[in-house]
Amino acid sequence: MNVAVLVLVACVAAVLGIAAGYWLPPHGRVPAGVRERSERRILLPFSGQEISRRSFEAAVRLAKAENATIMPAFLAHVPMSLPLESALPVQCARGMPLLEAIEQRASSLGIPVDSRVGRGRSARDALRRLLEQEHFDRIIINADEDPRVGLSYEDLRWLLQRAPAEIMILRPSFRDERRISMDAVSGHF
Amino acid sequence: MVDGPEQTRGRLKVFIGMAAGVGKTVRMLQEGHAEQEAGRDVAIGLLETHGRVETARAAEGLALIPRRRMRYRETALEEMDLPAILARRPELCLIDELAHSNIPGSAHAKRHEDIEDVLAAGIDVLSTLNVQHLESLNDHITELSGVRVRETIPDAILGRADEVVLIDLTPEALLDRLRAGKVYPAERIDAALNNFFRIENLSALREVALRQVAEEVGAKRLTTELVGSRVESLAADAPQAVGERLLALVEPYPGSQRLVRRAWRSSQRLGAGLDLLWVRRPGRALSEDQERSLKALRQLASVLGARMLEEESDDVADAVVEVAARRASTYILVGSSRPARGLARLRTPLPQRLMARLPGVDVRIVADRAQRPGVESP
Repeated sequence: MNVAVLVLVACVAAVLGIAAGYWLPPHGRVPAGVRERSERRILLPFSGQEISRRSFEAAVRLAKAENATIMPAFLAHVPMSLPLESALPVQCARGMPLLEAIEQRASSLGIPVDSRVGRGRSARDALRRLLEQEHFDRIIINADEDPRVGLSYEDLRWLLQRAPAEIMILRPSFRDERRISMDAVSGHF
Repeated sequence: MVDGPEQTRGRLKVFIGMAAGVGKTVRMLQEGHAEQEAGRDVAIGLLETHGRVETARAAEGLALIPRRRMRYRETALEEMDLPAILARRPELCLIDELAHSNIPGSAHAKRHEDIEDVLAAGIDVLSTLNVQHLESLNDHITELSGVRVRETIPDAILGRADEVVLIDLTPEALLDRLRAGKVYPAERIDAALNNFFRIENLSALREVALRQVAEEVGAKRLTTELVGSRVESLAADAPQAVGERLLALVEPYPGSQRLVRRAWRSSQRLGAGLDLLWVRRPGRALSEDQERSLKALRQLASVLGARMLEEESDDVADAVVEVAARRASTYILVGSSRPARGLARLRTPLPQRLMARLPGVDVRIVADRAQRPGVESP
């Protein structure tokens, strides 16, 4: 009797082990931590080499409160002389480290992050294309981005009128000039 | 020239620089003088002085083969006289501006094709080239400078040159030359300073030029070493061995973007190409989130200039080995794997399997830096 139970338990354990082996990585499902992502999505677009710490902190606060995912998005500008689908290694050399820095900070705070890269003839065009492709619940923009490389006040007005999401525009603060730049990346990136 | 059947072909030496005005043509002319003084028959096949006094002065004392006059759309134009060069048969011919496009109706569309004829006739050639004229760098430099150069040449032309000499100048020194009117006439200086000749452009172009020549030197050294040794069989594979190529394994979930960015940075440092590979399990449908992640990965690959490959296979290692061989990958980058459970613990981890099956290929496990102690929080 005891032997039969032992054999049965062993068989069940073996079956469970085989099933687990099959379903677990590298073939299997995506890990639970990744699967259980939140539904709400907060877009944090940027086009320069740094973003204000206030906009990042606002995104983190909202993400924590709403159990949302922060989606930092680098908006790359394609010169008219290049096809829209061109690779942009020079801009990426500036944008990717900042994307990495934002992702590292948000991840270290336990906030899910899902980055994006937008590409267009201007920052506004890149943002418009991104908004056409995906849904975002909120967009957080800093009003003191350098309009030569980022979104101008005109672009912000356009965003308020057109974007199908809640927009949070942070006014410039002269008392708080803290920024997150590519220098904040941890490691050799 | 050297002896033997292949040695009747002339030798090509190219003076390459980051931009106009660094002194490529003058250096070419100085070398022509030195060869002439050494007793060789030297002639200028084509010289573009662009009105620069310094250049015209450097050409004095060298024989000049007159240009050929041609008519194109009712306009009289001048072009290099290839038949005259071949008839004159100097030992060494100086031909400026390797990337020049000939007037329609010429024997060849491009000057480098004319130069091929000159070399084939056993005449040595000295020529000049700006780095932005190289086909593979054209888009990159357009992005850097905002100016697209229309006249390009295949990189292989430079690869076939017997010698490549970099004419280097600091951006500051070039700007001084420009302001002093040594590059363009006075009326063009302001426009040049405000457009192409900006210090950030020149610094970036200089870096590109230095890197390009370093790669040429590296490639030639390897080829020479291989040909000179007993490993001719290896030499057949030399094109793959010359350059590094990275292969990053991705999956359609957000964490993969980090891996791609790290792989891209490494590829930039190595001056290597980057491929991304996603091995899809046959018959398995993607969730909406995975579809979105996959789309984002494709977009990221496109912006970075990486190639996104998608393969269907039951075994990730099989697919990676096949793709690595096909793409001549020298580095494989994988994300850190999740802790195994159940019988999966008994399976050899993917990096080990790859190392066993891809000898000579580096396998790198990319960590999540956010997990590293000491990452600052806001």
